[in-house]
Amino acid sequence: MSQPTQEEELLAQQALAEAAATHASSEVTSGLSQGQIVRKRFFGHTGALIGLAVFAVIFLLAFTSVGAFGIPGWWKYNHVDVSPLVNDGAPTSSFWPLAWGEHPFGQDRIGLDLFAMTMRGAQQSITVMVLIGAIAGAVGAIVGGLAGYFRGWVEAILMRLTDVIIIIPLLLLAAVVGQIANRRDEGSWLTGFAANNGVVILGIFLGFVSWVGLARLVRGEFLTLREREFVDAARISGASNARIIFKHILPNAVGVLIVNVTLTMSAAILLETALSYLGLGVKAPDTSLGLLVAQNQEAFATRPWLFWFPGLFIILICLSINFIGDGLRDAFDPRQKKFKAKTAIETTRHSSTTAPVADASKGS
Amino acid sequence: MVTYIVRRLVTAAFILLGASFLVYLLTALSGDPLEELRTSSAPNRQALMDARINLLDLDTPAPLRYFKWLGGAAQCLVPFGNACNLGKNIAGQPITEALGFALVQTLTLVTGATILAILIGISLGIVTALRQYSALDYGVTFMAFLFFSLPIFWVAVLLKEFGAIGFNDFLRNPEIPPVVALGIGAVLGIVGAVVVGGAVRRRLIVGGSVFAAVSLILFYFSLTQWFRNPGLGPVIIAIMGVGIAFGITILVSGLKNRKALQSSLIVVGIGVVAYFAVQPLLNDATGLMIFLLAIATILVGVAVGYFMGGYDRGQSMRAAGLTAFLVGFLVVVDKFMQAWPSYFNNSRVRGRPIATIGAGTPNIQGDFWIMSTDTLTHLVLPTIALILVSLASYTRFTRSSMLEIMNMDYIRTARAKGLSERSVIMGHAFRNALIPIATIVAFDIGALIGGAVITETVFSVRGMGFLFIDGLLHTDPNPVMGVFLCVAITAMVFNLIADLAYSALDPRVRIKA
Repeated sequence: MSQPTQEEELLAQQALAEAAATHASSEVTSGLSQGQIVRKRFFGHTGALIGLAVFAVIFLLAFTSVGAFGIPGWWKYNHVDVSPLVNDGAPTSSFWPLAWGEHPFGQDRIGLDLFAMTMRGAQQSITVMVLIGAIAGAVGAIVGGLAGYFRGWVEAILMRLTDVIIIIPLLLLAAVVGQIANRRDEGSWLTGFAANNGVVILGIFLGFVSWVGLARLVRGEFLTLREREFVDAARISGASNARIIFKHILPNAVGVLIVNVTLTMSAAILLETALSYLGLGVKAPDTSLGLLVAQNQEAFATRPWLFWFPGLFIILICLSINFIGDGLRDAFDPRQKKFKAKTAIETTRHSSTTAPVADASKGS
Repeated sequence: MVTYIVRRLVTAAFILLGASFLVYLLTALSGDPLEELRTSSAPNRQALMDARINLLDLDTPAPLRYFKWLGGAAQCLVPFGNACNLGKNIAGQPITEALGFALVQTLTLVTGATILAILIGISLGIVTALRQYSALDYGVTFMAFLFFSLPIFWVAVLLKEFGAIGFNDFLRNPEIPPVVALGIGAVLGIVGAVVVGGAVRRRLIVGGSVFAAVSLILFYFSLTQWFRNPGLGPVIIAIMGVGIAFGITILVSGLKNRKALQSSLIVVGIGVVAYFAVQPLLNDATGLMIFLLAIATILVGVAVGYFMGGYDRGQSMRAAGLTAFLVGFLVVVDKFMQAWPSYFNNSRVRGRPIATIGAGTPNIQGDFWIMSTDTLTHLVLPTIALILVSLASYTRFTRSSMLEIMNMDYIRTARAKGLSERSVIMGHAFRNALIPIATIVAFDIGALIGGAVITETVFSVRGMGFLFIDGLLHTDPNPVMGVFLCVAITAMVFNLIADLAYSALDPRVRIKA
């Protein structure tokens, strides 16, 4: 194949190193299943736990306050309600005394409640993020898995397809599909559905262009795993291809997949907000965090809160997802320990015989 | 090797064909180029629509139009043919012309930012790897995550507000209140104490001296209105030059190599003399002259190192060459500072030097220094924004690469045979840690050209990203395709370079031809 062969070699080395390190650390965690080990490691990672908690709070706040899927929320306004300006739109919430007030995040010039808009925006951004993660993960796993397992012409076709998509910079490709997702002219087959679920369409379209990096990683995993003895054993005892893939290889490749889906999701939040900022993602009258920043950047001198709160939520969501991803990577990859200095020094000593390996997840 | 390269190039050509077809169709599908005309109320609406249909050849279906476009684009492959035809944009301008302009704009915007991000990111990564699990490590790691999560358009608006408008207001009356000066000093002192590491006593001494020095300098700046009339002068250049000479020598050869230290110090002396010698020459400088002077400076440094010799001639040459370059840089900075008041009072600038948008003040006139200062003041904010968002990945990557290397057996061997910590880190660890980083840098340089879409939009720079987004919003495939071609070709070439560089740098990785 004309693929850069060093990539394969690096991935192979990495998988070997991983296997060696797992072996080394299995003494400490003997008697536990792989899932239990991963869970234990993940819940020992302070940063990941804080990230998880922050994300859960934002998720609940965003989806219960202004309501979602037709269910009304507990907050008195929604993102299109205009109400009279209170205190010239300045935020009414305060830390001391702790008070919520009429418009906790303030109002914009015409009296829209910023809390409702920000919550709606966070909802949209989280929806897009989850859709991108789910679709990119599924497509990436299928394409990468098929290519890595069957090799031959299947691999040739799928990987050339991946190459074609991967050389188009993601932001540029996303801008093009975002524009298509927003097309609202007559006769378009999307129009009926898209009118109500614009952000869902956007998420699906973006998902279908974000899978390429994942596909390459999954293929690399499959390439190394399919040569292992337990796969040979399964094949000799007469297991079908489907059984080998789903029962034997996929559970071993799932760590790489989950970690990189998480990282794709943190990039997806920034991608969606950037597209909305450029006017190619979510469009008015609906709202999104990026769109809120774009609409209100001119008002920074007069109404800075309109700018601070949406931006703060973008950073909080992205940061918490990044920390969760970091925790997952540490949990699944025993070679990279960044917590609990003592144990980490122990394990790095164990794995110190491995060759230098490029961090293959960097590109995602 | 040659077979490998040829095969990669042939595959690349096919991939490029497929991808360009995809992009063309998607762009053509993404909207209706006549939409704004359909809703317009101009009396000659039909004529305008016909003209646009004619211009963009809308009667031909999109897949066929792609092949027409391909026919024009294929002529670009003929060397010296001058028949390159990438079509015209919606305003009738040839794409090749628009691309040339946009490319210059984008490259001026991203080059400096990328180089600085790489330098700062790699240094931070190395320092954090050497101080693993220290306060500095945790701090930098958290900052890396934070920067990684920052939306660049949000950072850009903040920078415009505080970096440009706030700083310009400050320049109107550049007085720093004593409390603020002490505060800045205290913050930098704490940073210094965290960075330096080691015993508590050492940290306190370093932190305290940084605090005192910074506060005093700020008091001095405030008293003399330095920000209005900045300048270094030969004395400061000499003092800083000696500092640079020691710093560079410590990094390159260690202070034990007296000859290297002496050659660096000699170069600083030459630099201070040259400061007076080149002033009249610099008064009518051009870009080319600065470039040639920079090369001459490095050559002088290397020559001094060569003649000083010592037990390791190469080290002396490197130390002296680097010192010469940095001292020369200081002289240029000083010259910029001399030009600052006249730029500041320029009738176009009117005392608000840091610009928020654009790539230059319209209709500004002046000598080389005024024009360069103008470009620089326009580049400051986008550069800071780009550095902030791209710093994190370099830092993290260098840190993990360096940690991996520091655990290798040959590092233990190097320590065991009694090498100094400097030569273990700089000679054995750092060089090998750079191998994987080299490939990442090659990838990133390949992606540079198309990489700054949002920054260009926020700061109104009419570069490649602007061309792309503008074409897309008008459903005009030609500029989109032009940008795509440039981006894709550079990306592919640099991917190939990255792969070849990796196998050249690390003989364990072989290219299967």
